[in-house]
Amino acid sequence: MSQFSSGSLEAKAIHLAFGSNKVLRGIDLNVPAGTTASVIGPSGSGKSTLLRVMNRLIEPDQGDILLDGKSVLKDNPDELRRRIGMVFQQFNLFPHMTVGDNVAFALRKLRKLPKDQARDEALEQLDLVGLKHKADVRPATLSGGQQQRVAIARALAMKPEVMFFDEATSALDPELVKGVLALMADLAKGGMTMVVVTHEMGFSRNVSDTVTFMDGGVVVESGAPGQIFDDPRTDRLQRFLSDVL
Amino acid sequence: MDYLNNLGETFFDWRVIGEVLPAMFTVGLPNTIVLALSSGIIGTVLGMILALMGISRNPVARWIARVYTDVFRGLPAILTILAVGLGFGPAFRELTGVTSPYPMGVAALSLISSAYIGEIFRSGIQSVEKGQLEAARALGFGYGPSMRLVVVPQGVRRVLPALVNQFIALIKDSSLVFTLGLLASERELFQIGQDKAAQSGNLSGLVAAAIFYLAMTVPLTHLVNWIDARLRTGRAQSRAEKQEPDEVAAVVGKGAHE
Repeated sequence: MSQFSSGSLEAKAIHLAFGSNKVLRGIDLNVPAGTTASVIGPSGSGKSTLLRVMNRLIEPDQGDILLDGKSVLKDNPDELRRRIGMVFQQFNLFPHMTVGDNVAFALRKLRKLPKDQARDEALEQLDLVGLKHKADVRPATLSGGQQQRVAIARALAMKPEVMFFDEATSALDPELVKGVLALMADLAKGGMTMVVVTHEMGFSRNVSDTVTFMDGGVVVESGAPGQIFDDPRTDRLQRFLSDVL
Repeated sequence: MDYLNNLGETFFDWRVIGEVLPAMFTVGLPNTIVLALSSGIIGTVLGMILALMGISRNPVARWIARVYTDVFRGLPAILTILAVGLGFGPAFRELTGVTSPYPMGVAALSLISSAYIGEIFRSGIQSVEKGQLEAARALGFGYGPSMRLVVVPQGVRRVLPALVNQFIALIKDSSLVFTLGLLASERELFQIGQDKAAQSGNLSGLVAAAIFYLAMTVPLTHLVNWIDARLRTGRAQSRAEKQEPDEVAAVVGKGAHE
């Protein structure tokens, strides 16, 4: 994997409520450049929502988001999202485009690259995820694992400074999970700044630099993987780990 | 057996049908196509605007689209055509000097069909998974471009059969402009059939018109079925899209497709 020009990401005291439902209640998350932070916790704890707030798919009610040390809340949100790649649980590839066009799409329309150049870059990205030979087929003909790797290539094509993974392997058949996790681990090793919301405790422990445990819209505990998994301090984390491990 | 003979002559007087054919081909058919096609195109454009208003985040736009749709879907076509044609016709004539009832007929048909087409587009666009919009936005596209480039094209594709059905309805409804009064050269299929029926004293002219209508609508109906089947089973695989056998086997083997 090549090196990335990654940036640091910091969320400060993020609050978000949908009506009376307080989804995030003062979240802090600090991800230094080139590191991987995994976010674990029971469903409904606000992990996925936190990702969407940090790239402003959802605007926070309070708090600040810093990319490369600079607040991005006043920036154009569309331009912010070009700097943050995102990978979804359901892949969300565009079914009406070929695999190659899925990757080249944003290059052409947003970076305004000429068609040939966008295609070349798309093929290069697909090569990195091992799917260059699938450039001309539709996503629906690929396995879930292949689709997710295309989705990663699509996000990487925009040369993001940070990558978000929202339960990227939860929708995959068990035998396909490994390939995607290996790719994510490669990215982490290559120096990409990553925030990984995951239920894969093995990945969280072995690949990430920090682990953040969320429950009920707050960060209950966070620290190095060794500390979180071997020496959990709170009851809630202990209970969660005994449930999932 | 006389009544059978009479029935036969009433509907299938070949001499009468033969006489009316030239006018059907040179006047009626082009006029019907002009009416259906122009109001189909305008109706599609208006319908798309209505659909986008209907799903917009602006409550006023949603409300306008709702009321418009309810009104024009809720009225009989003939009432709308008469109201628009006779109501706005004189003012239009005065402003433009155009005496043909076609502009008003097309306007009325467009208003009606746009209400239906708007609902068709809206349901199609809303059937596209939320993740598609989210993925486009996450790449850095704004709401408008995300809808235009990703969501709407998928939604429209899904409702193509319903759209063709709507065009079939327009071909048939275009016959209703006869109520606005047509000059000889403005007559469409139905009016020509009707005139011939009145003149010949039997219904064979109308049967001729019926054959012309069916010659257009039946193939279109089959086109709908064909599109529908293609959408249902996945598009015919082009060479590049052909699945590798081991992959197909894997999918079948696992019974994977949810």
